[in-house]
Amino acid sequence: MGFGPYLLLATLEGLVTAAVLSLMALGLSLVFGVMRVVNVAHGEFFMLGAVLAWYFSSLVVGDPAIGFLLALALSPLVVALIAWLSDRLVLSRLKYEPEATIVATIGLLYIIQQLALTYYGADSRPVEAPFTWRIQLPWFGYSGYKLAVIGASILLVGLTALLMMRSRIGLIMRATQYDSETAQTFGIPVRRVYSAVFALGAALAAIAAVLVVPIRQAHYLMGQEPLLLSFIVVIIGGLGSLRGTVVAAVLIGLSDGIISMFFSPTLAKMLATLLVALVLVFRPQGLFGTAAR
Amino acid sequence: MTSNGISTPFSRRSVLKGLGASTGLIAAPGFMRYAQAQSSEPIRIGFQCHRTGIGASYGRWYERTTMAAAKLINEAGGINGRPLEIVIEDDGTDPARGAEVVEKFANQHKVDLVYGTLFSHVVVGSAPAAGELKMPYYVVSEGYHVASGKLNRYCLQPGITDVKAQVRSVAPWIADNLGKKVTLVYPDYAFGHDHRDFFEPAIQAQGGEVVAKVAIPPTETSFTRYLPQIPRNTDVIYHVMVGPAVLTFVKELGEFFGNSGPQLFGFIDSLEAVNINSPGLEFLDGSHFWEGMPRYAQPDQPDYVDFYRKTVGINDEGASVNDANDVSTNAHMFGCWETLFIIKRAMEAANYQGPQDRQKLIEATEAMEEMEAGREHPQGRKIFNGKIHQAFGEQSISKLEGGRLNVVHRTSVEDGLYEAEADYTTQSF
Repeated sequence: MGFGPYLLLATLEGLVTAAVLSLMALGLSLVFGVMRVVNVAHGEFFMLGAVLAWYFSSLVVGDPAIGFLLALALSPLVVALIAWLSDRLVLSRLKYEPEATIVATIGLLYIIQQLALTYYGADSRPVEAPFTWRIQLPWFGYSGYKLAVIGASILLVGLTALLMMRSRIGLIMRATQYDSETAQTFGIPVRRVYSAVFALGAALAAIAAVLVVPIRQAHYLMGQEPLLLSFIVVIIGGLGSLRGTVVAAVLIGLSDGIISMFFSPTLAKMLATLLVALVLVFRPQGLFGTAAR
Repeated sequence: MTSNGISTPFSRRSVLKGLGASTGLIAAPGFMRYAQAQSSEPIRIGFQCHRTGIGASYGRWYERTTMAAAKLINEAGGINGRPLEIVIEDDGTDPARGAEVVEKFANQHKVDLVYGTLFSHVVVGSAPAAGELKMPYYVVSEGYHVASGKLNRYCLQPGITDVKAQVRSVAPWIADNLGKKVTLVYPDYAFGHDHRDFFEPAIQAQGGEVVAKVAIPPTETSFTRYLPQIPRNTDVIYHVMVGPAVLTFVKELGEFFGNSGPQLFGFIDSLEAVNINSPGLEFLDGSHFWEGMPRYAQPDQPDYVDFYRKTVGINDEGASVNDANDVSTNAHMFGCWETLFIIKRAMEAANYQGPQDRQKLIEATEAMEEMEAGREHPQGRKIFNGKIHQAFGEQSISKLEGGRLNVVHRTSVEDGLYEAEADYTTQSF
């Protein structure tokens, strides 16, 4: 295979990674930005989204597209509900203290993971893609569904941005992020905003998982690697900056795809980690973050 | 407890004291020994089980097979007139935990021996602990590590053929039937390296060659990026992958090559516990697999295979009789069954009475040679080489057609035999 097609394949693979990563990291960044909570259990919401996608799609017989659409509609809802409950029952009782919430979300991580192991099992299970177009290029074939994932991700990131920038609820969230005390004095129900943001963040991770599960499979340990990558993305992009998160996700996704294809996947991870270190040293607020007030 | 102050005749403190005293009495040295005669005490086998982690699907079926064989042994009178008791500890499919589990078996559970590990990195991680604690360690792993001589005298693998012998058995068939230019795709750690190191000389001996070697990190979840490394002149892709991502691998292989790809020869390890008719696996139709023991019931299988499948609880499709979606790891788990019967035979030959006889047990196992196919060896005949603590058996090559795996060739024990490269019997205990 020549250099051109090779690069094309690497770019496509990188874009798929970037697509999933931007959705997932967006959720993490949103939760941190508004609530100042470092959600270590974010990867488990991702896993839960995939596991539930398997569950919902297995309820439907017949056309796989119906099962997939059902999963796409219900799985993020259920995950959002679970996140909302965890916020009400755990995080709000800790008064969102940074140290306490980190420990609490680590606990949440283990609880969700072990529950998945107990009730879902240790096997990895496939979810059928809604369609199986295969695009035959002169040099290699490529999955049409993967291209659809890239498209869906762009759409969803756009919708989230629109929600944050143009809607009233977005305005409320941004106000809470800017200064929660002042927001409260202006009558914004900060507690409820926090719960909603936590649920929205988890739902974004779940949507990413539903999109990716026909490409990978649902497995109870699948949340770990995306969590790590999301942290890398959020740190590089700037904690709480949505634009930075998306730019960093594309950067990390593409570099992961291209470097690991031409050199080795380990080198790609090393470079990403090095970039995090450099960002932390020279621009601690991230590429697009604003310095702490 | 409620806070409205219900009074009871016992204070909390007195109950605790009483509990403590009685626990102390039971735990006191000698208490149990007087209660039970030495000879009727069970023989305790510590089962190092992959209940969680990436090996959990295998662990589940290793456990079922072990319990089925242990029940059978107990119903037939146990070992040396004593019942067999299986003590299970989860190692999380993790080498560090594995070593801790071996220590726990030795110091806390006081087992007679440790048994049942599959994943090669856990075996390699646990073996030094077994050696130090002088604990017999019977693994069911198929890695070459035992036969290599790099472990110690306490480590044995009498119930399953190792990768080196498996590879040597199947290479002539691949060269004759599929093609001579082979690309290897394997996981980048010990188990995959065994395949890499032993397949190349085996195929060269048949006039073939390995045209590329594609190593894939074990944590990888996406594979398309590796597929351009497969040269266009490849006749056969030899693939052996383990872990949760194997379905993805096969699917991406299909997307990449379409209908114009090379022949495929895989080790079923990739698809153990996975329904062969899962969405995305259509690409595998018509390809060939190595199987230790056939997953699907074969028309000509002997009675003892029927008996084994029924006792373990798998149907003709190789799934659990209770749940058709719960597919077994039948190509490997027979090793647990056979190893338990070998332990029984060795304990009887050594007149094993307790941990003081562990050396005699190992020597009795080392003395074994021929193992006839039958209820104790349902996978087939085996030859055991006591010098390298390794068994050699027959292998099956199956073709995936019509949604099931049909055996098309069965290798002989002699196809896989190789010269011993070590001698554990010269090591001191």
